[in-house]
Amino acid sequence: MNKATEEIERVVVRFAGDSGDGIQLAGDRFAAATALVGNDLATLPDFPAEIRAPAGTLAGVSAFQIHFASRDILTPGGQPNVLVAMNPAALKANLTELERGGIVIANQDGFSEHNLRKAGYEANPLDDGALDDYQVFRVPMTSMTVRATEGIDGITARDAARSKNLFALGLVSWMYSRPTDATIRWIEQKFAAKPQIMEANLAAFRAGYNFGETAELLQVHYEVKAAPAEPGTYRGINGTTAAALGLIAASVRSGLPLFLASYPITPASELLHELSRHKRFGVRTVQAEDEIAAANMALGASFGGHLGVTASSGPGMDLKQETIGLAATLELPLVVIDVQRAGPSTGMPTKTEAADLLMAIHGRHGESPLPVVAASTPAQCFEAVLEAARIAVAYRTPVILLSDTFLANSSEPWRVPDAADLPEIDPGFATGPNSGEEFWPYLRDERGARPWALPGTTGLQHVIGGLEKEDGTGHISYEPGNHALMTRLRAKKIAGIATEIGELEVDRVDGAEMLVLGWGSTYGAIKGAVRRVRLRGEKVDSAHLHHLNPLPRNTGEVVRSYRKVLIPEMNTGQLVNIIRGEFLVDALSYTKVEGLPIFAEELDDVITERL
Amino acid sequence: MSETNGSNGGAPAGLTKKDFSSDQETRWCPGCGDYAILATVQQFLPELGLPPERIVFVAGIGCAGRFAYYMNTYGVHGIHGRAPALATGLALARSDLSIWVVSGDGDALSIGGNHLIHALRRNVPIKILLFNNQIYGLTKGQYSPTSEEGKVTKSTPFGSLDHPFNPIALALGAEATFVARTVDTDREHQAQVLRAAADHQGSALIEIYQNCNVFNDGAFEAVRGKGRDANQIRLEHSKPIRFGVDSERGVTRGPDGRLRLETVSEVGEDALVVHDAHDPNPSQAFSLAHLSERPNGPTPIGLFRAVERPVFAESMTRELESAREGVGTEDLDALLRSGDTWTVE
Repeated sequence: MNKATEEIERVVVRFAGDSGDGIQLAGDRFAAATALVGNDLATLPDFPAEIRAPAGTLAGVSAFQIHFASRDILTPGGQPNVLVAMNPAALKANLTELERGGIVIANQDGFSEHNLRKAGYEANPLDDGALDDYQVFRVPMTSMTVRATEGIDGITARDAARSKNLFALGLVSWMYSRPTDATIRWIEQKFAAKPQIMEANLAAFRAGYNFGETAELLQVHYEVKAAPAEPGTYRGINGTTAAALGLIAASVRSGLPLFLASYPITPASELLHELSRHKRFGVRTVQAEDEIAAANMALGASFGGHLGVTASSGPGMDLKQETIGLAATLELPLVVIDVQRAGPSTGMPTKTEAADLLMAIHGRHGESPLPVVAASTPAQCFEAVLEAARIAVAYRTPVILLSDTFLANSSEPWRVPDAADLPEIDPGFATGPNSGEEFWPYLRDERGARPWALPGTTGLQHVIGGLEKEDGTGHISYEPGNHALMTRLRAKKIAGIATEIGELEVDRVDGAEMLVLGWGSTYGAIKGAVRRVRLRGEKVDSAHLHHLNPLPRNTGEVVRSYRKVLIPEMNTGQLVNIIRGEFLVDALSYTKVEGLPIFAEELDDVITERL
Repeated sequence: MSETNGSNGGAPAGLTKKDFSSDQETRWCPGCGDYAILATVQQFLPELGLPPERIVFVAGIGCAGRFAYYMNTYGVHGIHGRAPALATGLALARSDLSIWVVSGDGDALSIGGNHLIHALRRNVPIKILLFNNQIYGLTKGQYSPTSEEGKVTKSTPFGSLDHPFNPIALALGAEATFVARTVDTDREHQAQVLRAAADHQGSALIEIYQNCNVFNDGAFEAVRGKGRDANQIRLEHSKPIRFGVDSERGVTRGPDGRLRLETVSEVGEDALVVHDAHDPNPSQAFSLAHLSERPNGPTPIGLFRAVERPVFAESMTRELESAREGVGTEDLDALLRSGDTWTVE
């Protein structure tokens, strides 16, 4: 049958089902195929903390949203245009966010009486008119998957039914004219060790695709053309992989072996998993006995001349702080990656938030300033991590790199840089005495950084520790004036980083009186919202902070030059307090702590209201 | 980086105690057992056959924590209880160093208990000196996890309610491959134990009975004072376990399987238990650890257990080090471009 093809500019699709339904996998593969078409895209996985919450319940719904377009896009989108619902709970949990008139593709087989009851439906919403405002396509995905896999040796109906996520992927791939080769290749590789499962998944994927093409149910499919992009080689990447590659790049560019010690914690464990695969680059990973051990192991490795890294999330960060304070006074490089999640305490481990900013800057006892860098998009995690490592090595200091659940799990296209263009990092190890015949471990260079002398270097034996050190010699000192001096020298070193980082860049239009200032993963939402407001003729500027401590040297000048400064944040107002306190500017605050990112649409409303 | 975590024989010519001693003034209380341990360690280090720059002391918090500052080696004075973790990171990064951890009963067994047991079970190549004085000295005299039940201290005016750890039994339970005990003032015995620990491949736990003459004086009087010859049960591998001024007493195993102390002339020499420090089964070492619950009578010292087990991540370290050689920007370019990519002209 020859079906019509309609060209559209952008679409938001949300896959939703049970957490055991393979929704994230289907979403990931759809995103990969979409990237290959050359669309710009952003994704938003949203899954429960429970590994297998009771099937069919609202608590167990896992979702994956993808926004793709033939122009550049900045966020995973607010309202989906299409909802793929594998069961009633998935429908119920996501329907309110679907745009009016949007498309619902429901796995009809999932809407059993049992499942309807578990989702709290008294009647089947597919039948009772509840979905009259939407275009509903009922597809018996499970039974068609089972039928498609008949004849594969050793596959039970139960095994076969598990491939229904690939049926859904096949169907949506047809709807949006996604290429199938890459997905087929991926299935073949992924399940190479289990030929029957591979066959079943291939059959399900093809059946879904062919169903779209041949069944009369769907009359139109859509094409989203490639988005214009700068020339170069691209790949799809999420924040976790980007951060891992950034660390490896830092290792190669510095010549320092990479050492990651971590304790499993959602969502930071993914970084441990990713880095533990890279033996080729000599990456050493250790799963420590606890968060404190992880930080100490990384610090011990740094003392030995490795690039010591530890990664965690909120609760683990609390535990690491004493060790980070030690690193601050030992003045050794240490990269601490905090993949923020909703707190306090255990909070919502799989949901995003960015409420660790003040903890990162101030969360240790005593005066222990350290640099804080925040990533702004999934792909930008690469650059941000590399920058954190560069600062850590150059200034002999722990650096906290703030990412978040959204950045870690979301993906977008990334123009891959050339390795030779990446900044070189010079560890500049001490090789000989620096004070006459003696070696003084706290004799500082022009940056205020102390020498890094590795054990094994003849004649440079020294002991460093948490006790206050005498300026220069590093000997234990309780002398009042020395402590005041050392406190100031440590602070001055960190503040001085501002002279080396770039200025805060402003995206300007003539005559703007409002600046929207952000940090972290709100980057896309802010850019998107400002673009929307400008399309309506309003004048609003935006700027984004990647360095949170110290701030870029022109930050005060920038914020003081606007009548209004609006700061959107995924916390209850942390950067806004820094800006107010530091620069005496009456900044406005927009905050959101729902475990979800801020979306461009909602921010558009906020800006419009506050203009 | 060549490998060595213990001694490699043949000391560099002419190194002496002085080469391993720093110019920092020692600041322990006069009469503290730490002085004897420091002197013994400094005296022993030339035997490692390593120059001072290849040796690292990692210390925790407590009176023992100052130890690193008095050594002319590399050193880190870390935070409370975490020295084994920091040393683990260093050992993984640098297999060419000889790494020694200095800790106390509060540091290693209370706040840092978790790191101690995990370092031991992993068999990380670090040598842990546990200065056990059965008291918190630096915080001025609270009971510690090795203090006896009913201990009256500033924080327990009516006597402590805690049952103490037996550090040797704890280490054996944590799958330690090398477990020994010695006494601060018994410098010759201490040096023997240090030597055996240095020769051991993997982690070593050495409990050192250390007298705190200010807050817990005389805790180890039975094995370090006048009666020590009667009370020290010196464990020697493959020898019958005998002790006493004239070796007139010994250790036997009763019909119920328990170890007991007997007079040799009464039971006969053949009845004595023969010590096997290399026995893969830790049961007898564990029984010996419990032979005396408190060091106030006959108490075993020496090597309880020394068995071979693969050193933590040793082969992996070699693999990673050779993998990294020659890795450059071309490899990085290939990595960054791995997976599905597309090109925009």
